[in-house]
Amino acid sequence: MQIYRAHVLVCGGTGCVASSSEKLMSEFDTHLNNNNLASEVKIVKTGCFGLCARGPVVVVYPEGCMYTMVNVEDVKEIVEEHLLKGRIVTRLLETGQNSEGIETSLDGVEFFKKQLRIALRNCGVINPELIEEYIAFDGYKALAKVLTEMTPGEVVDTIKKSGLRGRGGGGFPSGLKWEFTAKAQDDQKYVCCNADEGDPGAFMDRSVLEGDPHSVIEAMAIAGYAVGANQGYIYIRAEYPIAVKRLNIAIEQAKQYGLLGNNIFGTNFSFDLEIRLGAGAFVCGEETALMTSIEGKRGEPRPRPPFPAIKGLWNKPTLLNNVETYANIPPIINKGAEWFASIGTEKSKGTKVFAVGGNINNTGLVEVPMGTTLREVVYEIGGGIPNGKTFKAAQTGGPSGGCIPASHLDVPIDYDSLIQLGSMMGSGGLIVMDEDTCMVDIAKFFLEFTVDESCGKCPPCRIGTKRMLEILERITDGKGTEGDITKLEILAKNIKAAALCGLGQTAPNPILSTLHYFKDEYLAHVNDRKCPAGVCKSMMQYVISAEKCKSCGLCVKACPVGCISGEKKVPYVIDNDKCVKCGACMEKCPFKAIFKNA
Amino acid sequence: MKSITELEELRKKALEKMGVRANTDGYRIVVGMATCGIAAGARPVMNSFMEELQKREIKNASVTMTGCVGVCRLEPIVEVIDPSGNKTTYVKMTSEKAVRIVAEHIVNGRVCLDYTIGYEDKK
Ligand SMILES: Cc1cc2nc3c(=O)[nH]c(=O)nc-3n(C[C@H](O)[C@H](O)[C@H](O)COP(=O)(O)O)c2cc1C
Ligand code: SF4
Ligand code: SF4
Ligand code: SF4
Ligand code: FES
Ligand code: FES
Repeated sequence: MQIYRAHVLVCGGTGCVASSSEKLMSEFDTHLNNNNLASEVKIVKTGCFGLCARGPVVVVYPEGCMYTMVNVEDVKEIVEEHLLKGRIVTRLLETGQNSEGIETSLDGVEFFKKQLRIALRNCGVINPELIEEYIAFDGYKALAKVLTEMTPGEVVDTIKKSGLRGRGGGGFPSGLKWEFTAKAQDDQKYVCCNADEGDPGAFMDRSVLEGDPHSVIEAMAIAGYAVGANQGYIYIRAEYPIAVKRLNIAIEQAKQYGLLGNNIFGTNFSFDLEIRLGAGAFVCGEETALMTSIEGKRGEPRPRPPFPAIKGLWNKPTLLNNVETYANIPPIINKGAEWFASIGTEKSKGTKVFAVGGNINNTGLVEVPMGTTLREVVYEIGGGIPNGKTFKAAQTGGPSGGCIPASHLDVPIDYDSLIQLGSMMGSGGLIVMDEDTCMVDIAKFFLEFTVDESCGKCPPCRIGTKRMLEILERITDGKGTEGDITKLEILAKNIKAAALCGLGQTAPNPILSTLHYFKDEYLAHVNDRKCPAGVCKSMMQYVISAEKCKSCGLCVKACPVGCISGEKKVPYVIDNDKCVKCGACMEKCPFKAIFKNA
Repeated sequence: MKSITELEELRKKALEKMGVRANTDGYRIVVGMATCGIAAGARPVMNSFMEELQKREIKNASVTMTGCVGVCRLEPIVEVIDPSGNKTTYVKMTSEKAVRIVAEHIVNGRVCLDYTIGYEDKK
């Protein structure tokens, strides 16, 4: 391989070719030859540099000089000055930047303008594997403060005053929970972190642990001090290997710095932390099941009361909070309860992290003050619905939650408003659905999940959810009757009332909320045997429009079961008895002659 | 850790090392390495940055990683923080883009506009 002492990159992108980069290349050839440089300098044609407006663009390495608006006449000078004598042709250098008014940093884009990052304050900012970086951003300052300046009672009071509520789903006031655990009398207490995150589509907790594990560790130590516990457990699913690895590194580093272990900050407070891996069963996120699982037994829920604050791990008083709940603790201590309480709505303080997904342009993680409207999240932060489709509903709260229809887009997102609409905050999954979504199908999706994940301990949940799923399957198969809808309602109410744990108690919610807002869709399935959104395959047919079909035959090649037939000049037809509804033909038809007929 | 003073000293030292303050003279290249970043190919991008810096014997730049930035659809995401603290967010990164960013942004101080988040958003 020949070694060149310089590379000349000539942009060969469309923009620059249009402005004659081809001529430049041959001109370079000529002048390099004239100067006997052909064997030392290599000319490379590259793709677009993105500066088409200032093309043609030439970049010379190793200096990396970028010359713009290079004319054929300039080539001689570049070769003789730069390549031969090593003097950069400054008059051709590209210097001005951002001439197009493009935002260059995330901070400036719409996506972040409405966000407020408290739990995610360090995510994307620090290196999670270096404790020093966490410390650089005020890490462990809150722990130092509580240990040296505050009594445990004052810590509990601060959390109470802040108005923080649990981010794991239920929204129970965290300060109260801390107080109950602190007041319980026992020689041994525990602090636990729920990092199970079983909701489909949710990844808020994983992101906090991957991006800022120390914030959870610090918060758990603070909680340990406040409630009188010296041992903590983080329960995390094994399917989160990166989060587990970074947690392990973080715990190790915290121990090395004496931020975990004995006599932290020279006080007589000692605190240790261990990780417990879960197998990823949804029910293990339920608090009593989680603790049974930590004890090494099968993760099954047990009746409450007694609540964990009284009898938790190994029957000792235990404080259990969610990852995001913990991530809020250090800022509350550092900045004060009043600061936190000033953010959000009257009864929901602070911010909430959402994993926004589904039919939305900007899928991702967002953290917004409580009270931000759903419309702001969907349209201003989320960038709206792709492909010019309209918004139909947002699903929050996962399998325990429900749907919010377009008529309620202006709902301020907080615990109580969402409950009022028949949905719930849940842990923060937010799935946006457009006009092409079948709401009965969505309810079926969540029910399938619940049936799979039910632990089977109590009959209402084990048997009842299965029956509900069967009815939904009947309806989406086009075999439902109106009696089925009534049956669904009765079953749903009874299961809610009778199930042993939160899983069963909330499992009917997706059905109840879709029935409430989209009953007409259920009725269309049952009465007209039609799926208005064109999703349920049994009720939908692919048809070829005789007017639009140009008899090109392309759809025949696409069809995997060979059920399309036709001949030249005659519109093609689909044999609907054989069609497996794969949609391949519709995608292929260049004349958009194939339709879904719901 | 025996005292708050000790923590405070450590904090100051770490802050200086991170070069987030205006008076340090290095570039900080921060690669998003959460699950979705890694799935989108952040690891080879990070490696390319390190190789390129080494190859060009660039001393005033460091490569580090971080967690989820929030815009998972644009992963891999890399932020370049210049010596005066200005942040540039590059999205949908590849090894090739990394090489060009080192040449243009780190060496010549010119932002590669066409790889930035704003440019992507305008598309
Ligand atoms: C079936 C079921 C699954 C749950 N899954 C989770 C979970 O994955 N993560 C979580 O933090 N809480 C989950 N919870 C809620 C927990 O039981 C508990 O209320 C919460 O972790 C308490 O923390 P918080 O007060 O900080 O929200 C689940 C509850 C139920 C009923
Ligand atoms: S409600 Fe369901 S998950 Fe909960 S205990 Fe009963 S069967 Fe198990
Ligand atoms: S691809 Fe479209 S236009 Fe061509 S034969 Fe099939 S339906 Fe007709
Ligand atoms: S939907 Fe699929 S199976 Fe049916 S006609 Fe089209 S290509 Fe053939
Ligand atoms: S085509 Fe040359 S910079 Fe775009
Ligand atoms: S994990 Fe990369 S932006 Fe979310």
